[in-house]
Amino acid sequence: MPEPVQQTIRLSIGSRYENIELVQAVLDETLESLPIDEETGYWMGIALREALTNAIKHGNGLDPEKKVDVCLAVDETGVDITVEDEGSGFDPGAVADPLAPDNLLKTEGRGIFYMRRFMDKIDYDFGADGGTKVRLHKKFGAPGSSAEADQGGANED
Amino acid sequence: MKIEKRQRDGATILDLQGRITIGEGDVALREAVLAAVGEGATSILLNMGRVRAIDSSGVGELVAAYTTVTNRGGKLRLFSLPSRVLGVLQITQLVTVLDILEDEDEAVASLA
Repeated sequence: MPEPVQQTIRLSIGSRYENIELVQAVLDETLESLPIDEETGYWMGIALREALTNAIKHGNGLDPEKKVDVCLAVDETGVDITVEDEGSGFDPGAVADPLAPDNLLKTEGRGIFYMRRFMDKIDYDFGADGGTKVRLHKKFGAPGSSAEADQGGANED
Repeated sequence: MKIEKRQRDGATILDLQGRITIGEGDVALREAVLAAVGEGATSILLNMGRVRAIDSSGVGELVAAYTTVTNRGGKLRLFSLPSRVLGVLQITQLVTVLDILEDEDEAVASLA
């Protein structure tokens, strides 16, 4: 496969769940020309959906007037995805561990865990005037992401 | 998300097809399970064989369905999980909580 072409794609969507499909479609098309196998691409898509869900639901409170800005950036080393909302931010360190026995049957709280699991790196940036930006990174040639390998070992939170 | 309901040996089987993801299949799953419970179903089997994808919201709905049914004294079991769906449940250790069976025959037999 040829060297990845550097490219940057920016999208701005209203805070509606149906817009997640649009961003997913753009990611899928972008990944087609990159050295990322289908399985890894699938899990990157799930991670992206989790980031968008958090931005739409928790960040922007499902207010369709509030925007979520997405940037897909490809360089020679990998793919960077940033998702930025207009919310008031949160403390990533305060997110409960979904693997704790008391949390196993909770209906929420797994999104960040899945993002960490399916990407090589995630980090957060909080704007001085509000807004949360999450950056998801996937390196080319890194071990494939999978929900099957190393089960139960992802307890970064 | 498309959900079809059928009966077999006293169990209510929900055949799920599509994605259990936020704003789409998660709501459909919730409504289907609540409708079955409302009709008096106490043994509900979710056929996951044609589920293409699931996200954390879908996982949350599976957990909600499980607690809704079991809190009423009923049984909710899943069978024929595609590897990607099973994997998502494994890494969050939900396989230790939810009742997951290999196939429909095994799931029906487990209710006996």
